[in-house]
Amino acid sequence: MVRPGVVVAILAAISESSEFQRADSVKRSMGVPKTHLTAEEAELIQSVCQGDKEAFYGLVRPCERAIYTAAITILGNPQDAEEVAQEAVLKAFSNLAQFRGEAKFSTWLIQITINEARLKLRKDRRHLYDSVDEQGADEEGEYFPKDFADWHDVPSEALHRKELREALKRAIGGLAPIYREVLILRDVQHLSTEETARLLGITGGSVKTRLLRARLQMRDALAPGIDGSWSTGKAVYQKVRPW
Amino acid sequence: MRVIEISCVEVWREISNYVDGEVDAELRARMEAHFKVCAHCTAVVDGTKNVVKLVADGVEYELPHGFSQRLYSRIKDK
Repeated sequence: MVRPGVVVAILAAISESSEFQRADSVKRSMGVPKTHLTAEEAELIQSVCQGDKEAFYGLVRPCERAIYTAAITILGNPQDAEEVAQEAVLKAFSNLAQFRGEAKFSTWLIQITINEARLKLRKDRRHLYDSVDEQGADEEGEYFPKDFADWHDVPSEALHRKELREALKRAIGGLAPIYREVLILRDVQHLSTEETARLLGITGGSVKTRLLRARLQMRDALAPGIDGSWSTGKAVYQKVRPW
Repeated sequence: MRVIEISCVEVWREISNYVDGEVDAELRARMEAHFKVCAHCTAVVDGTKNVVKLVADGVEYELPHGFSQRLYSRIKDK
Protein backbone atom coordinates (compact mmCIF):
# COMPACT_ATOMS: atom_id res chain seq x y z
CA MET A 1 0.00 0.00 0.00
CA VAL A 2 1.07 3.60 -0.52
CA ARG A 3 2.59 5.19 2.55
CA PRO A 4 -0.22 7.44 3.77
CA GLY A 5 2.30 10.14 4.57
CA VAL A 6 3.28 10.51 0.92
CA VAL A 7 -0.34 10.77 -0.23
CA VAL A 8 -1.25 13.22 2.54
CA ALA A 9 1.72 15.38 1.59
CA ILE A 10 0.63 15.34 -2.03
CA LEU A 11 -2.98 16.17 -1.18
CA ALA A 12 -1.91 18.92 1.17
CA ALA A 13 0.26 20.47 -1.49
CA ILE A 14 -2.47 20.30 -4.12
CA SER A 15 -5.08 21.76 -1.78
CA GLU A 16 -2.90 24.80 -1.15
CA SER A 17 -3.39 25.95 -4.69
CA SER A 18 -5.50 25.09 -7.68
CA GLU A 19 -2.41 25.47 -9.90
CA PHE A 20 -0.17 22.47 -10.24
CA GLN A 21 2.94 24.61 -10.74
CA ARG A 22 2.62 26.08 -7.27
CA ALA A 23 1.68 22.64 -5.90
CA ASP A 24 4.79 21.16 -7.51
CA SER A 25 7.15 23.74 -6.02
CA VAL A 26 5.62 23.18 -2.58
CA LYS A 27 6.00 19.44 -2.93
CA ARG A 28 9.62 19.84 -4.05
CA SER A 29 10.36 21.98 -1.03
CA MET A 30 8.84 19.24 1.15
CA GLY A 31 11.10 16.63 -0.51
CA VAL A 32 8.12 15.09 -2.30
CA PRO A 33 8.90 14.35 -5.97
CA LYS A 34 6.97 16.13 -8.74
CA THR A 35 3.77 14.22 -9.33
CA HIS A 36 1.64 13.68 -12.42
CA LEU A 37 -1.33 12.66 -10.30
CA THR A 38 -4.49 14.67 -10.42
CA ALA A 39 -6.11 15.62 -7.13
CA GLU A 40 -8.84 13.06 -7.78
CA GLU A 41 -6.30 10.28 -8.40
CA ALA A 42 -4.38 11.16 -5.24
CA GLU A 43 -7.60 11.02 -3.24
CA LEU A 44 -8.52 7.66 -4.76
CA ILE A 45 -5.06 6.28 -3.91
CA GLN A 46 -5.51 7.47 -0.34
CA SER A 47 -8.86 5.64 -0.21
CA VAL A 48 -7.22 2.48 -1.56
CA CYS A 49 -4.61 2.82 1.21
CA GLN A 50 -7.42 2.82 3.70
CA GLY A 51 -8.72 -0.48 2.28
CA ASP A 52 -11.25 0.75 -0.27
CA LYS A 53 -10.85 -1.65 -3.23
CA GLU A 54 -13.67 0.02 -5.14
CA ALA A 55 -11.61 3.19 -5.16
CA PHE A 56 -8.94 1.28 -7.08
CA TYR A 57 -11.49 0.42 -9.75
CA GLY A 58 -12.25 4.14 -9.93
CA LEU A 59 -8.59 4.70 -10.78
CA VAL A 60 -8.54 1.94 -13.36
CA ARG A 61 -11.86 2.49 -15.15
CA PRO A 62 -10.73 5.45 -17.28
CA CYS A 63 -7.75 3.34 -18.46
CA GLU A 64 -9.67 0.21 -19.46
CA ARG A 65 -9.67 0.79 -23.19
CA ALA A 66 -6.02 1.91 -23.20
CA ILE A 67 -4.76 -1.17 -21.38
CA TYR A 68 -6.93 -3.54 -23.43
CA THR A 69 -5.66 -1.89 -26.63
CA ALA A 70 -2.05 -2.25 -25.49
CA ALA A 71 -2.59 -5.92 -24.66
CA ILE A 72 -4.44 -6.90 -27.84
CA THR A 73 -1.86 -5.06 -29.94
CA ILE A 74 0.82 -7.39 -28.62
CA LEU A 75 -1.17 -10.59 -28.20
CA GLY A 76 -3.61 -10.41 -31.09
CA ASN A 77 -6.58 -12.16 -29.50
CA PRO A 78 -9.30 -10.81 -27.20
CA GLN A 79 -9.21 -13.62 -24.61
CA ASP A 80 -5.48 -13.34 -23.95
CA ALA A 81 -5.70 -9.55 -24.01
CA GLU A 82 -8.43 -9.52 -21.35
CA GLU A 83 -6.55 -12.01 -19.18
CA VAL A 84 -3.37 -9.94 -19.38
CA ALA A 85 -5.24 -6.69 -18.74
CA GLN A 86 -6.73 -8.20 -15.57
CA GLU A 87 -3.34 -9.50 -14.41
CA ALA A 88 -1.78 -6.10 -15.05
CA VAL A 89 -4.45 -4.35 -12.99
CA LEU A 90 -4.00 -6.80 -10.11
CA LYS A 91 -0.24 -6.33 -10.28
CA ALA A 92 -0.71 -2.57 -10.16
CA PHE A 93 -2.95 -3.00 -7.11
CA SER A 94 -0.28 -5.05 -5.35
CA ASN A 95 2.45 -2.57 -6.25
CA LEU A 96 0.62 0.68 -5.65
CA ALA A 97 3.05 1.40 -2.80
CA GLN A 98 5.87 1.66 -5.34
CA PHE A 99 4.00 4.16 -7.52
CA ARG A 100 5.17 7.64 -6.65
CA GLY A 101 3.36 9.57 -9.36
CA GLU A 102 6.42 10.35 -11.48
CA ALA A 103 4.38 9.35 -14.53
CA LYS A 104 0.66 9.54 -15.17
CA PHE A 105 -1.21 6.69 -13.52
CA SER A 106 -2.50 5.58 -16.93
CA THR A 107 1.04 5.51 -18.35
CA TRP A 108 2.23 3.41 -15.40
CA LEU A 109 -0.66 0.98 -15.87
CA ILE A 110 -0.05 0.71 -19.61
CA GLN A 111 3.63 -0.01 -18.87
CA ILE A 112 2.69 -2.90 -16.59
CA THR A 113 0.25 -4.20 -19.21
CA ILE A 114 2.88 -4.14 -21.96
CA ASN A 115 5.33 -6.01 -19.72
CA GLU A 116 2.73 -8.64 -18.84
CA ALA A 117 1.71 -9.06 -22.48
CA ARG A 118 5.29 -9.51 -23.62
CA LEU A 119 5.89 -12.01 -20.82
CA LYS A 120 2.87 -14.03 -21.89
CA LEU A 121 3.94 -13.93 -25.52
CA ARG A 122 7.40 -15.23 -24.61
CA LYS A 123 5.94 -17.99 -22.45
CA ASP A 124 3.49 -19.03 -25.16
CA ARG A 125 6.14 -19.04 -27.86
CA ARG A 126 8.88 -20.66 -25.83
CA HIS A 127 8.89 -23.58 -28.24
CA LEU A 128 9.62 -21.34 -31.22
CA TYR A 129 13.13 -20.26 -32.07
CA ASP A 130 12.39 -16.77 -33.41
CA SER A 131 12.76 -13.91 -31.00
CA VAL A 132 9.31 -12.55 -30.37
CA ASP A 133 10.41 -8.95 -30.47
CA GLU A 134 12.47 -9.27 -33.59
CA GLN A 135 10.26 -11.57 -35.64
CA GLY A 136 9.87 -10.26 -39.13
CA ALA A 137 11.54 -6.98 -38.33
CA ASP A 138 14.85 -5.65 -39.46
CA GLU A 139 15.53 -2.09 -38.42
CA GLU A 140 18.79 -1.95 -40.32
CA GLY A 141 18.82 -0.78 -43.90
CA GLU A 142 16.45 1.37 -45.86
CA TYR A 143 12.77 0.67 -46.41
CA PHE A 144 11.63 1.31 -49.95
CA PRO A 145 7.93 2.26 -50.13
CA LYS A 146 6.06 0.69 -53.02
CA ASP A 147 5.15 2.66 -56.07
CA PHE A 148 1.44 3.44 -55.93
CA ALA A 149 -0.47 6.21 -57.56
CA ASP A 150 -1.34 9.01 -55.24
CA TRP A 151 -4.27 8.31 -52.93
CA HIS A 152 -7.06 10.72 -53.15
CA ASP A 153 -7.79 11.94 -49.67
CA VAL A 154 -9.59 9.21 -47.82
CA PRO A 155 -12.25 10.97 -45.86
CA SER A 156 -12.93 9.73 -42.39
CA GLU A 157 -16.54 9.22 -43.48
CA ALA A 158 -15.23 6.23 -45.41
CA LEU A 159 -14.46 4.61 -42.09
CA HIS A 160 -18.07 3.59 -41.79
CA ARG A 161 -17.25 1.06 -44.42
CA LYS A 162 -16.75 -2.20 -42.59
CA GLU A 163 -14.26 -3.43 -45.16
CA LEU A 164 -12.00 -0.42 -44.57
CA ARG A 165 -12.00 -0.92 -40.81
CA GLU A 166 -11.24 -4.61 -41.29
CA ALA A 167 -8.50 -3.82 -43.79
CA LEU A 168 -6.98 -1.48 -41.23
CA LYS A 169 -6.96 -4.15 -38.53
CA ARG A 170 -5.56 -6.74 -40.93
CA ALA A 171 -2.81 -4.36 -41.97
CA ILE A 172 -1.94 -3.64 -38.35
CA GLY A 173 -1.98 -7.35 -37.56
CA GLY A 174 0.48 -7.92 -40.40
CA LEU A 175 3.09 -5.62 -38.92
CA ALA A 176 6.01 -7.02 -36.96
CA PRO A 177 5.28 -6.68 -33.21
CA ILE A 178 7.93 -4.00 -32.63
CA TYR A 179 6.33 -1.82 -35.33
CA ARG A 180 2.78 -2.56 -34.29
CA GLU A 181 3.45 -1.52 -30.66
CA VAL A 182 4.86 1.86 -31.68
CA LEU A 183 2.09 2.55 -34.22
CA ILE A 184 -0.65 1.86 -31.67
CA LEU A 185 0.97 3.87 -28.88
CA ARG A 186 1.77 6.85 -31.13
CA ASP A 187 -1.04 6.97 -33.67
CA VAL A 188 -3.95 5.32 -31.80
CA GLN A 189 -3.25 6.19 -28.17
CA HIS A 190 -1.53 9.50 -29.15
CA LEU A 191 1.33 9.15 -26.71
CA SER A 192 4.38 11.32 -27.34
CA THR A 193 7.67 9.95 -28.66
CA GLU A 194 9.15 10.32 -25.18
CA GLU A 195 6.26 8.52 -23.44
CA THR A 196 6.35 5.74 -26.04
CA ALA A 197 10.13 5.36 -25.64
CA ARG A 198 9.77 5.11 -21.86
CA LEU A 199 6.94 2.57 -22.07
CA LEU A 200 8.78 0.32 -24.49
CA GLY A 201 12.23 0.74 -22.96
CA ILE A 202 13.78 2.04 -26.19
CA THR A 203 15.29 5.32 -27.36
CA GLY A 204 13.33 8.13 -28.97
CA GLY A 205 15.32 7.50 -32.15
CA SER A 206 14.15 3.88 -32.22
CA VAL A 207 10.55 5.02 -31.72
CA LYS A 208 10.84 7.29 -34.76
CA THR A 209 12.52 4.63 -36.92
CA ARG A 210 9.94 2.00 -36.01
CA LEU A 211 7.08 4.44 -36.55
CA LEU A 212 8.42 5.29 -40.00
CA ARG A 213 8.57 1.61 -40.93
CA ALA A 214 5.11 0.96 -39.49
CA ARG A 215 3.50 3.83 -41.37
CA LEU A 216 5.17 2.99 -44.70
CA GLN A 217 4.24 -0.68 -44.38
CA MET A 218 0.67 0.30 -43.54
CA ARG A 219 0.58 2.45 -46.65
CA ASP A 220 1.90 -0.41 -48.75
CA ALA A 221 -0.70 -2.73 -47.27
CA LEU A 222 -3.65 -0.36 -47.64
CA ALA A 223 -3.00 1.55 -50.84
CA PRO A 224 -3.96 -1.22 -53.25
CA GLY A 225 -7.42 -1.36 -51.76
CA ILE A 226 -8.18 2.33 -51.51
CA ASP A 227 -10.15 2.07 -54.75
CA GLY A 228 -12.45 -0.31 -52.90
CA SER A 229 -10.76 -3.49 -53.99
CA TRP A 230 -10.20 -4.91 -50.48
CA SER A 231 -13.40 -6.86 -50.88
CA THR A 232 -12.72 -7.89 -54.46
CA GLY A 233 -9.09 -8.78 -53.78
CA LYS A 234 -7.90 -7.09 -56.94
CA ALA A 235 -4.14 -7.34 -57.23
CA VAL A 236 -3.80 -4.75 -59.99
CA TYR A 237 -3.12 -1.20 -58.89
CA GLN A 238 -2.15 1.98 -60.56
CA LYS A 239 1.50 2.95 -60.38
CA VAL A 240 3.07 6.35 -60.59
CA ARG A 241 6.16 5.44 -62.53
CA PRO A 242 5.50 4.21 -66.08
CA TRP A 243 8.13 1.46 -65.91
CA MET B 1 18.06 30.93 -50.79
CA ARG B 2 19.31 28.00 -52.80
CA VAL B 3 17.72 24.76 -51.72
CA ILE B 4 20.10 21.79 -51.78
CA GLU B 5 18.64 18.81 -53.59
CA ILE B 6 17.65 15.71 -51.65
CA SER B 7 17.36 12.15 -52.86
CA CYS B 8 14.21 10.02 -52.73
CA VAL B 9 15.89 7.70 -50.20
CA GLU B 10 16.64 10.62 -47.90
CA VAL B 11 13.05 11.82 -48.28
CA TRP B 12 11.62 8.41 -47.37
CA ARG B 13 13.88 8.29 -44.31
CA GLU B 14 12.39 11.54 -42.99
CA ILE B 15 8.85 11.27 -44.26
CA SER B 16 7.31 10.22 -40.92
CA ASN B 17 9.07 13.07 -39.08
CA TYR B 18 7.92 15.48 -41.82
CA VAL B 19 4.29 14.41 -41.41
CA ASP B 20 4.63 14.99 -37.66
CA GLY B 21 6.13 18.44 -38.21
CA GLU B 22 9.41 17.35 -36.64
CA VAL B 23 11.95 18.34 -39.29
CA ASP B 24 13.90 21.58 -39.21
CA ALA B 25 13.10 24.41 -41.60
CA GLU B 26 15.99 23.65 -43.96
CA LEU B 27 15.11 19.99 -44.34
CA ARG B 28 11.43 20.84 -44.76
CA ALA B 29 12.29 23.24 -47.58
CA ARG B 30 14.44 20.60 -49.30
CA MET B 31 11.73 17.97 -49.00
CA GLU B 32 9.01 20.30 -50.27
CA ALA B 33 11.15 21.30 -53.26
CA HIS B 34 11.59 17.58 -53.95
CA PHE B 35 7.85 16.88 -53.74
CA LYS B 36 7.27 19.47 -56.49
CA VAL B 37 9.32 17.43 -58.94
CA CYS B 38 8.83 13.84 -57.73
CA ALA B 39 5.40 12.26 -58.14
CA HIS B 40 6.42 9.03 -56.36
CA CYS B 41 7.56 10.80 -53.20
CA THR B 42 4.46 12.99 -53.31
CA ALA B 43 2.39 9.80 -53.43
CA VAL B 44 4.37 8.40 -50.49
CA VAL B 45 3.88 11.49 -48.31
CA ASP B 46 0.18 11.74 -49.15
CA GLY B 47 -0.25 8.04 -48.46
CA THR B 48 1.57 8.36 -45.14
CA LYS B 49 -0.64 11.28 -44.10
CA ASN B 50 -3.69 9.21 -45.00
CA VAL B 51 -2.41 6.29 -42.93
CA VAL B 52 -1.96 8.53 -39.88
CA LYS B 53 -5.49 9.89 -40.31
CA LEU B 54 -7.08 6.49 -40.87
CA VAL B 55 -5.28 4.82 -37.97
CA ALA B 56 -6.15 7.68 -35.59
CA ASP B 57 -9.82 7.72 -36.57
CA GLY B 58 -10.50 4.16 -37.61
CA VAL B 59 -8.72 1.87 -35.22
CA GLU B 60 -10.65 1.15 -32.12
CA TYR B 61 -10.60 -2.04 -30.18
CA GLU B 62 -14.00 -2.59 -28.62
CA LEU B 63 -13.85 -3.88 -25.07
CA PRO B 64 -15.28 -7.41 -24.92
CA HIS B 65 -18.81 -7.56 -23.59
CA GLY B 66 -18.66 -7.75 -19.78
CA PHE B 67 -15.00 -6.71 -19.56
CA SER B 68 -15.59 -4.04 -16.94
CA GLN B 69 -17.74 -6.27 -14.73
CA ARG B 70 -15.21 -9.11 -14.83
CA LEU B 71 -12.34 -6.74 -14.03
CA TYR B 72 -14.27 -5.23 -11.14
CA SER B 73 -14.99 -8.72 -9.77
CA ARG B 74 -11.32 -9.65 -9.83
CA ILE B 75 -10.38 -6.49 -7.98
CA LYS B 76 -13.08 -7.14 -5.39
CA ASP B 77 -11.91 -10.72 -4.91
CA LYS B 78 -8.23 -9.74 -4.52
